[in-house]
Amino acid sequence: MQEKPILELEHISKRFPGVQALTDARMDVRAGEVHALLGENGAGKSTLIKIISGVHKPDTGDLRMDGQRVVFNNPREAQAKGVATIYQELSLYPELTVAENIFMGHAPRGLLGSVDWRAMRRRAEEILLSLNITDLGVDDKIGTLTVGKRQRVEIAKALSFNARILIMDEPTAALTEADVQRLFGIVRLLRERGVGIVYISHRLEEVFTLADRVTVLRDGHYVDTKAVREVTSEQLISMMVGRTIDNLFPKLPAQIGEPVLEVRNLWRKPLCKGVNLTLRAGEIVGLAGLVGSGRSEFAQTVFGFTPAQSGDILINGKRLDIRNPGEAMRHGIAYVPEDRGTQGLIRQMRLRENVSLAVLRSVSHSGFIDNRAEHELADKSIGSLQIRAFSGEQVVNKLSGGNQQKVVVAKWLAAKPKILIMDEPTRGVDVGAKAEIHRLISELAQQGIGVLMISSELPEVLGMSDRIVVMREGEIVAEFSREEASQEKVVAAMMRDAHSAVSAQGAAT
Amino acid sequence: MTTAAPTLGQPTRLSRSRGLASRFLVFATSQEFVLLLVVVLLFAVVGNTNPRYLAERNVLNIFNGNAYIAVAAVGMTMVIISRNIDISVGSLIGVLGTVSGSLAINGYPIWSSWLVPILLGGVVGAVIGFMVAYLRIPSIVVTLGLLSILKGGLITVTNGAWITDMPDTYFLAQMRTPEISLLGINIPAIPSPIVIMIVLTLLAALWMRYSPTGRAIYAVGGNAEAARLSGISEKRIIMTVFIINGLCVGIAAVLWATQLSIIQSTVPAGLELQVITSAVVGGVSIMGGVGTTIGAMLAAILLSAINSALVFINVSPYWFRAVVGVLILITVLTDLLRRRRTQA
Repeated sequence: MQEKPILELEHISKRFPGVQALTDARMDVRAGEVHALLGENGAGKSTLIKIISGVHKPDTGDLRMDGQRVVFNNPREAQAKGVATIYQELSLYPELTVAENIFMGHAPRGLLGSVDWRAMRRRAEEILLSLNITDLGVDDKIGTLTVGKRQRVEIAKALSFNARILIMDEPTAALTEADVQRLFGIVRLLRERGVGIVYISHRLEEVFTLADRVTVLRDGHYVDTKAVREVTSEQLISMMVGRTIDNLFPKLPAQIGEPVLEVRNLWRKPLCKGVNLTLRAGEIVGLAGLVGSGRSEFAQTVFGFTPAQSGDILINGKRLDIRNPGEAMRHGIAYVPEDRGTQGLIRQMRLRENVSLAVLRSVSHSGFIDNRAEHELADKSIGSLQIRAFSGEQVVNKLSGGNQQKVVVAKWLAAKPKILIMDEPTRGVDVGAKAEIHRLISELAQQGIGVLMISSELPEVLGMSDRIVVMREGEIVAEFSREEASQEKVVAAMMRDAHSAVSAQGAAT
Repeated sequence: MTTAAPTLGQPTRLSRSRGLASRFLVFATSQEFVLLLVVVLLFAVVGNTNPRYLAERNVLNIFNGNAYIAVAAVGMTMVIISRNIDISVGSLIGVLGTVSGSLAINGYPIWSSWLVPILLGGVVGAVIGFMVAYLRIPSIVVTLGLLSILKGGLITVTNGAWITDMPDTYFLAQMRTPEISLLGINIPAIPSPIVIMIVLTLLAALWMRYSPTGRAIYAVGGNAEAARLSGISEKRIIMTVFIINGLCVGIAAVLWATQLSIIQSTVPAGLELQVITSAVVGGVSIMGGVGTTIGAMLAAILLSAINSALVFINVSPYWFRAVVGVLILITVLTDLLRRRRTQA
C-alpha cells in the first residue's frame, strides 16, 4: 500500500448548466486497493467517476496516471489507458453471446480483418476462468442470464481491456445475497492481482467489509480520505451530512387535523413493498431515502399512474380504488412530478395552457374552454406564485428552471388538492426560488392541505417536515418526529447501517 | 385553487405593449400567415406573367382540385399532432370511394352512398385507434398493414373494374351553391368541395383550439407522460383522433368519388403522401404537439396552385414533385430551427 498511486485526480471542478457539480475535488487510487467513494445523492460521485472514465471532461484540474498527466476525450481513450467502468445500468447487448459482449468493439481479428471466432471464444473462456467463473458459457445469450451473471460478464469485459482501474457504481444494488458474495470474491481476486478498484456504494457495511480506503464527497466538495480501519460509521455519516441548514424559508406553524390519506400495505413491485403511511390535514410529511429507494414509485402508485397491485388507499377514511391519475385527481390528490421536463410540462405549450391542463373541465362552459376563465387562472397563478413571465401567453420552454417548476406547481394547485404530493420540489431551482417554494408549501399546509414531500435534500426534509419517513428498498424503515430527527439519524436509516446504533433507536417511532 | 396562495411581494411584471408586440410577431411568423402570404404572392406573380391564371374558372379549379386532400388533411393534422401517423389514407379513400360508387349504381339511395363511406371510415378509424391505443402497436405499423390489406383487397374484389353510370344526382363534388346577390354584391356559385373544405377546416380548428379534448390532443402529442400525469386519458384521445380522421377520410373519399363520372376502383397513387405533405407544409410538426388545420388547408391550396402555375408559366409539370420536396424540407427545417431557438 505504500506504492505510488496509479491514478491521481487533483483540483477537479465541473460545472453543468445551473449546477456546480464538483468543486476542487480530489482522489487517488493505488494498485491493489478497493477505494470506496461515499456521498449523499447529488454529492458528485457520479460526476467524478464519469470524469475518470472519460465521459465528461473536467473544467479545471488534472488527471494523472503513473505520474503522467492524461486527458481523456472520450470513454474509449480511458479504456485504452486501462480504466474500465461498470455502471448501474449494465451496457450489454441482450441478443449477443457472452463472448461477443466481452469483446464488443475489440474482437480478435484473423486474416483479412475478419473476426477470429475461435480465438475470441478461447480468450473469453480464459478470462472467465481467471475470475473463477465456471457457471457461464461463452455462447450463452446475455438476454437469458440473471442480473448477477450479467454483471460478471461486465467485469470480464472490463478485464478484456486489461483494466488497471475498475470503477464499480453501486454494483450490489440489484443483486441477490448469493450474487453479492460472489461479487465480493471477484473484487478481492482482482485486488490481489493489483487492480485499483473504485467502489461506489450506499451500503456502509459493504464499505467496511470490502474497502481499504474511503473518500467522502459532499455537495461537490472533497471532504476527506481515510483508511477504513481508522473510521467508524458515525464518523463517515457525519462527514457525508455536515451541511448547514440555510437557504430555507422557516416552516410556519399549521393546525394538524384528521388523516386525509391513509395507505395500508400498498404493493406495486418492484419498488413499493407493503408501504403504510398516514398523512393528516395541514401536515407536511417528508419522505427521505436514497435515489432508487422507491419514493417516487410509491407516490406514483398512490396517484394511480402505476396502479397498486394490492393494499388499501383511504382518503378521508374512505377506501378507494385508484386506477389512473384522473381518478386520483377527482379524489383531491395532486402529484407534482420529479422530472419537470418529461413529466410535468408540455414544453411547446403556453404557460396558460399548461396551468389549465389538469382542470380543463372546470375552465370550460358547455364543452368549450372559457378563454377568459383560463386567462384569469393563468394571471392568478403568475401573481400568487410570483412566476417571472411576461404573460400567460409565454411558451413555458422560455422560462427559467425555477419558474418552470412553479408552473407545474400552479397546474396542480389549480386542481384544489386536499393531498399534495411533491416529488423533489426544489430540484434544479435557484436559491431564491427555492425559498419561495418552501414558503408556498408551508402556506398550503396552513390552509389544511396534507403535503407529502419527497426530497433528497436532507436540510429541506428536516427544515420543512412535521414528520419524516424514511424509505429503503421499497419499504418504510424509519419514522421520526420533527423534534427527534437529525441528519445523522435520517442518513443512518437511509443506508441501513449495521455498525451504528442510531438507526435502531430512530426506527422505534 | 391558486387564489388560495396569498400574494406576497411585488406584483409580476405584465407589460402590455410587449405582449401586443410579441403577439403580432408570433402571428406574423406563424406558418398559417406565411403560407397565406406565399399563396397571394404566387397568384400575383404568376397572374402577372399570364393573366389567364387568375381567370375565375382557373382559381376555382385550384381551390376545388385539392379540396378532398385538404379534407383528409384535417384528420391527418390531428393524427400527426397526437404524434401518430396514418399512411393508409390513400388506400382508404380508394376503397371508400369504390364503396360509394357501388352503392350508387346498385340502386341504394343516393344519401346512403354518401353517408355509408363516411361512417365506414369512422369504423376503420376506430379499429386503427384501438390497435394503436390499447394494443400499443405503433401507428405507422398499423396503417402500413392496413394500406396493404386495403390495396390488395380492393384489386381482388373489384378486379380493377371501373364503376360508371352513376345516377345524375350522385355527383356531390360537381354541385355548386346557388348564386346569391347580397346587398348588390354578386357571390358566384361556389363548388361544394370548396364549401365543405372551408367549413370543415374552420370547425376543426375551432374545436381543437377551444375544446378540452382538442387541447388534450396537443398535450398528448407534446408530452404524453405529462398529459397522463395531468389526468388526461391518452388512450381515449388517440381513439378519438383516429375516429375523426376516419370520418374525414370518408368525406374526402365521397368528394373524390363524386368528382368524375368514372371511379377507377383502384387506389390513387401517392395520395397519402399528398395528404401528409399538406399537413407538414401547413406547419403541423412531425414531432407532435404543434399545428393547425388551417395551415394544412392553406398548404393543400398552395400545392394545387403551384401545380397549376407550372402549366401557366410553361414549366414541365414533372417539376411539381421536386418543388413539393423542397417545400417539405424548408418547412421541417424551419420547424426544427424554431424549436431549437425556443429551447435555448
